[in-house]
Amino acid sequence: MACDTILAALEEAGLSVRDLDGFAIYSNSCNPAQVAETLGVPEVRFAATLTAGGGGSAGALGLAAAAIVSGMSEVCVTLMTLQQIRRRLGRSSSENGGVPPVPVSAYGSGGVPANTAFHINSGVIAPGHNFAMLARRHMHLYGTTREHFAEVAISQRENAIKRPTSLQREPLTLDEYINGRMISDPLCIYDYTMESDGAIAVITTSAERARGLRQRPILIMASTHGGAGRWGQALFNFQMPDDYFASSGHRPVAQRLYAMAGIEPRDVDVALLYDHFSPMVIMQLEDYGFCPIGEGGRFVADGNIRYGSGSIPVNTHGGNLSEAYIIGMTHVREAVEQLRGCAVNQVKDAEVALVTGGPATLPVSAAILRRGW
Amino acid sequence: MTTAKRGVVPSVLTDPHADPYTQPFWNAALQGRVTAEECTQCGLRLIPAGPRCFRCQNSEFRTIELPGTGKIYSFIVVRHPLLPSLKEVVPYVSAVVDLDQTQGAGARMVVNVIDCNPETVAIGDAVRIVFDRVSDTYAVPRAVPVK
Repeated sequence: MACDTILAALEEAGLSVRDLDGFAIYSNSCNPAQVAETLGVPEVRFAATLTAGGGGSAGALGLAAAAIVSGMSEVCVTLMTLQQIRRRLGRSSSENGGVPPVPVSAYGSGGVPANTAFHINSGVIAPGHNFAMLARRHMHLYGTTREHFAEVAISQRENAIKRPTSLQREPLTLDEYINGRMISDPLCIYDYTMESDGAIAVITTSAERARGLRQRPILIMASTHGGAGRWGQALFNFQMPDDYFASSGHRPVAQRLYAMAGIEPRDVDVALLYDHFSPMVIMQLEDYGFCPIGEGGRFVADGNIRYGSGSIPVNTHGGNLSEAYIIGMTHVREAVEQLRGCAVNQVKDAEVALVTGGPATLPVSAAILRRGW
Repeated sequence: MTTAKRGVVPSVLTDPHADPYTQPFWNAALQGRVTAEECTQCGLRLIPAGPRCFRCQNSEFRTIELPGTGKIYSFIVVRHPLLPSLKEVVPYVSAVVDLDQTQGAGARMVVNVIDCNPETVAIGDAVRIVFDRVSDTYAVPRAVPVK
């Protein structure tokens, strides 16, 4: 699947395996050694991954850009491929009776990490539990409600319905949402992403090289990743400061992103926000400056994220919640389609798109893309 | 393992897998006491403890006693059993607890709150840490409401 996707992306760009020389990935999405060997890449000159997990999706574009700008690579691929035949992501820490998999490193001392016993018997054993903890605090501090979460789920469902390849194409009503099965209260079934198989590859090269290629280029204006040090492993330890406990962890990344791009939130035409859980869209709207901190719930309730009528259309492809979950890469693809002018729910004259990667363990990431010439 | 009890998440570990920094906490836990490691330079209190103070990077700590009481900082009610062993347990409450006599962040505990009503539990509720001894080396921390 990885090879098919890379070949298709190269073909679409008007390039071939002979041009490919770099891998800028995240979450160890593939093994460049294996892919390069299988495809017969003439020479690999760059092979790097952002650390941690899905938080790196948009940031991997920045990694690719860094490789290109520094001259280490000329044509770089960023890939996510997801096949959950034997192991389901959403159950990652529950499969082994709740004990998380022991990190495999040839250099560490091995064994169960010493902080595990401090949280693992709490019953917080899956991603939905972790994010529900943040969501509850947000509700407590700011008066955010389930109706607000519902608006995220419903608006994205509306967007997904128009996309033939979406996995969820049945309308979702507020009534159905409110009566939805509670999984990890305050989150119900409709607040959760789906799990799906799929692959997406993005090709990055220099603007100069892109000029002669098959597609209208999409420019990477900025890409940042990281986060406050004390965000760290926030979602397991919950030791982050009060200031940003009920947040997406993106605030510092967002500020650097806008500074790097030289734009402001109001310049963004469409926002593709990583949505494994609906409350995290609300917290990202705050952290990316579309509304003040704490106002995210009311902001979405006022219709601001709706395609066609809102002030900032969000997840016009349906997102992880309703289209498919390829760990953030569908958001990158949607940004590209919006800026090429061929999206299913096309935002009129979209020129600038924001893409984010996972509220997650550090690093989280983002990119601002702009329509090329 | 004994029979499942509603609201009580069974322990999945029988040993704390302690390192030199966390061993004092588990030693006290076996005696039903809550301790933290306090930075000798700036007074920051850590649970779990580690090699450095994240405020001043000092590496010297002393073990201090805490009252073991605190307030619910956030919580969830797990209604869907992720594992077969949790079918008889749900709904259960898990919470992040800010402990009294600490600075909060950096010394929070993430625990199963037992003997509480999942439908009325709230942020700010007073709780006390209790320990459920499951082996000669490990006592699982949980919280109970303070009436």
